[in-house]
Amino acid sequence: MLNITSIKKGLVIDHIRPGMGLKIFEYLKLGKADFTVALIMNATSNKMGRKDIIKIEDVIDVDFAMLGFLDANITVNVIEDEVITEKINLSLPVRVQDIIRCKNPRCITTVERDITHKFVLLDKEKGIYKCEYCDHIYSWEG
Amino acid sequence: MLKGRHLVDPQDFSIQELESIFELTQEIIDKPEEFNSICHGKILSTLFYEPSTRTRFSFEAAMLRLGGGVIGFSEPGSSSVAKGESLADTLRTVAAYSDIIAMRHPNEGAPKHGIQYCPVPLINGGDGGHQHPTQTLTDLFTILESKKRLDNLTIGCCGDLKFGRTVHSLIKAMSRYENVKFILVSPKELQVPDYIRTEILEQRNIEFQEVERLEEVIDQMDILYMTRVQKERFFNEADYVRLKDSYIVDLKKLKDAKEDLAILHPLPRVNEIAVEVDDDPRAWYFRQVKNGMFVRMGLILKLLGVK
Repeated sequence: MLNITSIKKGLVIDHIRPGMGLKIFEYLKLGKADFTVALIMNATSNKMGRKDIIKIEDVIDVDFAMLGFLDANITVNVIEDEVITEKINLSLPVRVQDIIRCKNPRCITTVERDITHKFVLLDKEKGIYKCEYCDHIYSWEG
Repeated sequence: MLKGRHLVDPQDFSIQELESIFELTQEIIDKPEEFNSICHGKILSTLFYEPSTRTRFSFEAAMLRLGGGVIGFSEPGSSSVAKGESLADTLRTVAAYSDIIAMRHPNEGAPKHGIQYCPVPLINGGDGGHQHPTQTLTDLFTILESKKRLDNLTIGCCGDLKFGRTVHSLIKAMSRYENVKFILVSPKELQVPDYIRTEILEQRNIEFQEVERLEEVIDQMDILYMTRVQKERFFNEADYVRLKDSYIVDLKKLKDAKEDLAILHPLPRVNEIAVEVDDDPRAWYFRQVKNGMFVRMGLILKLLGVK
């Protein structure tokens, strides 16, 4: 079993869908961090079988809405003095901006410069969004 | 209050606001001479990023019949768009010269993006395969004229329902009225897009059926909205050969239809309505095309706040 030391103060992003950890790591720009970070991939999990985990030895600003969009099953643990002081369960945000791109090849976002890519949540259960410009459906399943 | 508003999506206006446009449209039809100089000194810009005959002509004719002026382009090659100008900058510029803008654009969602930069009313004259709200105003007005109501109707939409933006806009608009049912007739590969089915029809609990053959359902319809099915839209030749005649209305099929059916078509037609139907009292499509100009006159007056 791989051991990663616990952190004194910071965040543990837990229950990340396997394979999504690296994407979140990149989204949070942790590759450029000057504090201790750990990305654990394919850790064993009673609940999920396998999961990814990110540990961050610092208090950073995280856009939980966007994190929820990347993976709504994530739990964020806030750590103070090596103790979990807060557990944040994420959910899908109603709106997302500049995280994903519309897959409709005829959408205005494919041709217009400097346009904000905007999506609105259509179905919370199925995780379905639609492009605010062309109404094209977006879901993680493609 | 419609003064200063944009029209991007057929649902941008409330039912009451649509009624006010239709009342004004009827006034214009009844007494055109009272409106022929009402927009003197006002300018409509028509920005047509892709070809159009009916929509552009009807907008321009509408403004000219109101006594206003028209500037614009009918293909982007003759404008600064060809130099790579963004849509946002083009609209800012054109809005500086005009009082109202009508735009057709090949990219879906272009008007939704454009209104953020457009201080004068922007009217969507069609955006890709997405929406065509002024056609919808025309369709609604023609339905109202033919049936004297917009509720309690069974509306058949036939042809290419996937790429036919006029159908998408019509379903969106008509789904707001009481007890409206839809019969959607198309080959499987050309059925309405998912967002129309889930967001409009299913979420609003609107009764609808999807079938492949017009002859099986034509007897149930109060309105038959025809669109063109292009051969290249079919996935294979065999399906095209099997189904092509199902999307053509002729007098033989109309034998089973109601006496007071109203047949609409956004035009241009190719062969989906046989010429023999033109003289049938159920043919409303040429009346509909004329209504397109009158409705746009009413819309321009409302958005400019002139009436």
